[in-house]
Amino acid sequence: MEDVAALLLELGALFVGLSLLGLLARRLGLSPIPFVLLAGLAFGEGGLVPLESAESFVEVAAEIGVVLLLLALGLEFTADELVASLRRHTPSGLVDLALNAPPGLVAGLLLGLPWQGALALAGVTWISSSGIVARLLGDLGRLANRETPAVLSVLVLEDVAMALFLPLLAVALAGGGPAQAVGGAALAVGAVLIVLTAAHRHGHRLGRFLTHSDDEQVLLRLFGLTLLVAGVAQAVGASAAVGAFLVGIAVPASLADRARTLLSPLRDLFAATFFVAFGLTTDPRAVLPVLPAVLALAAVTLVTKLATGWYAAQRDGVGVAGRLRAGSALVARGEFSVVIAGLAVAAGLGDVGPVATGYVLVLAVAGPVLARVVEPFSTRVLRA
Amino acid sequence: MDLVETLLPGVGIRYELETRSGLLLGIVVQRDGPVEIVVYDAKDPDRAKGVFQLDPDEAETVADILGAPRLTERFADLSREVPGLRSARFAVRPGSPFVDRPLGDTQARTRTGCSIVAIVRGADVVTSPGPRDVLHAGDVLVVIGSEQGLEQLGALLAGDG
Repeated sequence: MEDVAALLLELGALFVGLSLLGLLARRLGLSPIPFVLLAGLAFGEGGLVPLESAESFVEVAAEIGVVLLLLALGLEFTADELVASLRRHTPSGLVDLALNAPPGLVAGLLLGLPWQGALALAGVTWISSSGIVARLLGDLGRLANRETPAVLSVLVLEDVAMALFLPLLAVALAGGGPAQAVGGAALAVGAVLIVLTAAHRHGHRLGRFLTHSDDEQVLLRLFGLTLLVAGVAQAVGASAAVGAFLVGIAVPASLADRARTLLSPLRDLFAATFFVAFGLTTDPRAVLPVLPAVLALAAVTLVTKLATGWYAAQRDGVGVAGRLRAGSALVARGEFSVVIAGLAVAAGLGDVGPVATGYVLVLAVAGPVLARVVEPFSTRVLRA
Repeated sequence: MDLVETLLPGVGIRYELETRSGLLLGIVVQRDGPVEIVVYDAKDPDRAKGVFQLDPDEAETVADILGAPRLTERFADLSREVPGLRSARFAVRPGSPFVDRPLGDTQARTRTGCSIVAIVRGADVVTSPGPRDVLHAGDVLVVIGSEQGLEQLGALLAGDG
């Protein structure tokens, strides 16, 4: 019984602490993600406070957190938006990949990580945080700006690209060669296309299975189905996250809004636990030695994201100030970088953890700050 | 007048409208309901300036102010333009078999060919009601259909169908 008491006390203190950190983050106009990562670092191995009884719960909850993050991403996503983004912004998506993934790959190899770890780091530097960026654009009143469709399109393309990158990484981490990894990604492309077509034709059937006048029924059915599909995806070696994403895109638009509303508190809770768990697995003492490398990598990929946004906005005929705004908005990395790094750490590449933690900490703070200061700066420069 | 619609992936839709006076008006309708109304900066035409942020209920109020008087007006136009198309209003009387039942139960479209385009409930208007919208005594249905269909629907709602 004492175990239960300790578990509840630890979890209670954890969540109250997270709420205070979230409040602080909002007050500073920043994303809570870096704060939650710091909290994770402060707990557990090598940290200030041990989190013994709750650790096993946190580990399980973290897995569910990843599943819910990707399910929510899939629910956000519509085939129309993907087609529109592909039609207008495919070159921007390719520039995004070409500029932002190689620095991570090179840095990983220079740091002496195995090629699988370097591949994970390439994903970490590539994918911007759609959560942080979308919120930032809303907070800064930039949703109506001319550069915003380009920014959002790049995010959509990244999100889909990540669904294809995760199985590639999962196969590589499981010891498959490059050929097998590409095969895994090709399978994922096929699965996404099949699910999208099937959702278009037969989505209403899934809709009928999931719909019920009772919210509890909808939640249980959707959550249960997602865990089942995620479990199958994990069992065949494709990473549970991809399975959850597929369920998300298969849910018909008519139900997606309701599903998002029902799931968002669950997602917030478990995703926060996931970020804590990632911080827990990282020894804060290991972050310090890689800090110079992390700062250099952050500086390089800050510039490459600026260039990506500049290019994407320019294709839409946006002026210089708007291009700077677009670039700075894309700088923030966050939840999906942590998801990718988490996959590598879970596969035994513990050395990815400190680099990714430091990197996300730096850019999840620097991104929003840069996006804010670029506005007065560019106005002044343009007027001068 | 030009209305340009731009998809904002993951957020919603942006409408741009250049008014006759030359002012560019932007409206962002977010997927989950909030609305932003903006004008653009004269120095940097890419930048939204003077943003109004409306919560869903506020947006609905604004829409009602701008839209409600036009609703019936527009149907009057429509009936003039399309020969044989009539619009009518039917009250749901307290004795009607459909009081407190969903709109779908009337099977209005299947049985009479009429479309119920709005439910007027006191000061509120439910536009494009779905089959699951529940009817209450005192509601007024705004309907378009053929002359014969409208007659049938009137009888159906009164319980003589």
